[in-house]
Amino acid sequence: MRANNIIGIIYSNAYDYSLSELTSLRAMSSVPFCSRYRFIDFPLSNFVNCGISKVGIVTKSNYQSLMDHVGNGKAWDLSRKREGLYILPPFHSGVSSENRGRLESLIGIKDFLAASKEEYVLFSDCNIICNYDLKKLFDFHTKKNADITIVYKHGTVPKLRDVMALEHGEDGKISAITTPNENDVADYSTNIILIRKSLLERLINEAVSLHFQSFTMGIIQRNVEKLNMYALECEGFFETVDSLQSYFDVSMKLLDPKNMKLLFDKEHPIYTKDRDDMPAIYGLGSSVHNSLIADGCVIDGTVENSIIFRGARIAKGAHVKNCIIMQNSYISENVKLDCIITDKNVVVKPNNNLAGALTYPVYIGKGITI
Amino acid sequence: MARKKECIAMLLAGGQGSRLGILTKQIAKPAVPYGGKYRIIDFPLSNCVNSGIDTVGVLTQYQPLELNDYIGNGEPWDLDRSNGGVHILSPYQQIEGTQWYKGTANAIFQNINFIDRYDPEYVVVLSGDHIYKMDYSKMLQFHKEKEAACTIAMLEVEWEEASRFGLMFVDESGRITDFEEKPKNPRSNKASMGVYMFTWETLRKYLLEDEANENSSNDFGKDVIPAMHAAGERLFAFPFDGYWKDVGTIDSLWESNLDLLNPRVNLDLTDNDWKIYARNTGAPPHYVSPDALVQNSLVAEGCMIEGKVDFSILFANVTVEKGAVIEDSIIMPGTTVKSGTKVQYAIVAENAVIEENSVVGKRPEEMENLDDWGVAVVGSGITIKSGATVLPKEQVDADREVK
Repeated sequence: MRANNIIGIIYSNAYDYSLSELTSLRAMSSVPFCSRYRFIDFPLSNFVNCGISKVGIVTKSNYQSLMDHVGNGKAWDLSRKREGLYILPPFHSGVSSENRGRLESLIGIKDFLAASKEEYVLFSDCNIICNYDLKKLFDFHTKKNADITIVYKHGTVPKLRDVMALEHGEDGKISAITTPNENDVADYSTNIILIRKSLLERLINEAVSLHFQSFTMGIIQRNVEKLNMYALECEGFFETVDSLQSYFDVSMKLLDPKNMKLLFDKEHPIYTKDRDDMPAIYGLGSSVHNSLIADGCVIDGTVENSIIFRGARIAKGAHVKNCIIMQNSYISENVKLDCIITDKNVVVKPNNNLAGALTYPVYIGKGITI
Repeated sequence: MARKKECIAMLLAGGQGSRLGILTKQIAKPAVPYGGKYRIIDFPLSNCVNSGIDTVGVLTQYQPLELNDYIGNGEPWDLDRSNGGVHILSPYQQIEGTQWYKGTANAIFQNINFIDRYDPEYVVVLSGDHIYKMDYSKMLQFHKEKEAACTIAMLEVEWEEASRFGLMFVDESGRITDFEEKPKNPRSNKASMGVYMFTWETLRKYLLEDEANENSSNDFGKDVIPAMHAAGERLFAFPFDGYWKDVGTIDSLWESNLDLLNPRVNLDLTDNDWKIYARNTGAPPHYVSPDALVQNSLVAEGCMIEGKVDFSILFANVTVEKGAVIEDSIIMPGTTVKSGTKVQYAIVAENAVIEENSVVGKRPEEMENLDDWGVAVVGSGITIKSGATVLPKEQVDADREVK
């Protein structure tokens, strides 16, 4: 399978509700992550690293910051004369409702799909943090002569709507798809799905004519017995974000250099928009332990077990522990923070003392001054 | 035909930079890394684009591979333009034969055709080996107000240092009355910064004359500007009072890097209104381990620090293992410093490996004879084997075994 024969489709708003704090002002896809990235950098880079050269980003709402971030796709080498990056804004066909699901979004991009000459479509969501070699998926799909291949992860199912649990044999052939209960341990779908475009178009038409509302039901579940569906297990660092707590936990996992190495594999880099900041400045008396620090930070205080984003400043005497401090936030003199997530441009004035718990991080919204 | 431009820049980037020793063995001086993520040439290029100059000719000659690669299409500096943009200008074959750039003026002379395509009123000639932030548009404004033929950017230097520079004597109106090139006993402390704004029509005439003169060394400072002065052209000095440093030697390169750590030095690279752009490496954030100690330093993305780093500059993707100590040093991209190793007062070039328990450089306080002290330099891609020593002032350009 030629990678340039595949269109990548990213759902930029999928599961926005599960991370409502961080997505109140942005789409899931542009949630800041790991000092210098946004969620969408991961699917985009995974696509590009395996050779996909056409990517459509399906948007629904609040996609201003997403558009600002991806721009013309230059950072991912997707600013091209042929193919490249397509932002697909909501398309009102007259039948669309407020609560647009995946199926409805797909109907909205029917013309885009029809006009594409690529043979396959690969779907991905944005709340999945991984560095995944998709070539393995293509090879598997070809070898099994599959109609649809779904990448799954074994573990406790995420607390999201419409999660599919896959029942499959050792060879990966899916025999049944069920809806798991909360806290079940199962082989659940990561929503990375590969399908032939012509088949997808046919299934969409069928689902529409039969008045199906949901993608999982109308396209996938309904056809388990009719089609050749296969399941392939994910590899490496592969985490799903389904809540603020899991955002915090997945972030903190990256303080383990082993996980960093897996996620930021030098052969498969994760690309993001440049900011042209100068390197981080460590002042006299700064003390940093077990932390990730981006360019543009100025650190004069103490930082422990934390993730500091570009342009954040930690003043003298401040003590930041178990925190995620996003872009351009300013933590003033003698502030103590423990288990706090500050969004962009937060200012914490001197001598404040704020704490959450490792099992309950406290979120401070964008631009708030405390 | 390109559209007309009011002012274009010509950036002299062909010098070998032999005083930088092994650091410029395989790269031209303007491509030498600086400040944790930049290369020297990022400063003039960013100054150009921030000053509204969108057409830059970069004159390359010595070891151009890495420099050409780095500049590419100019995209990191927003110089990928359909009209203008950055152009690499190397010496080329002509009907009369092939000529290397014989001197700074000859390099511009050989590219008269390039400049004429844009039919500019003014040409600013820059050099690729200085660290400074400067608004050339203010200099152009000054040049126009004075109706000058040539305006030279001028910096007041310390008297004791004045003898290292080309000096100028200036009257009350700012007009240059005389020059003095690196005199033993300086009578002026107004030094030329190597930034020249010319009225193109005038410069063009002098370049042709200079080329016809067989006795000329075809250099701006030595030939063209003195000739203009002798002919009574209006030469003015444009005063500049920010940070400016010629990083032409190992010592000045080392000093200028560490100036970034000195809060009293007037070179703010965090200023969003005058960013210095660079080609980014796209590395993940840097990681500082639980046992690491980092102070007074600049650390770029992609580094992995488990040892001690004090008063140093770490470029992208540097690894400092547990128990390693780096002090007063500059570690260029991709280098690994293994455990138990001490690096002090040193410059370690790109992708070097300093193995376990070795010693690179020494503190001046620990020297018996201060005359033997200097910054130690490890060349690019070199391995310093476990337990080996690199003495102060030494430059290592072959793998070093234990003696």
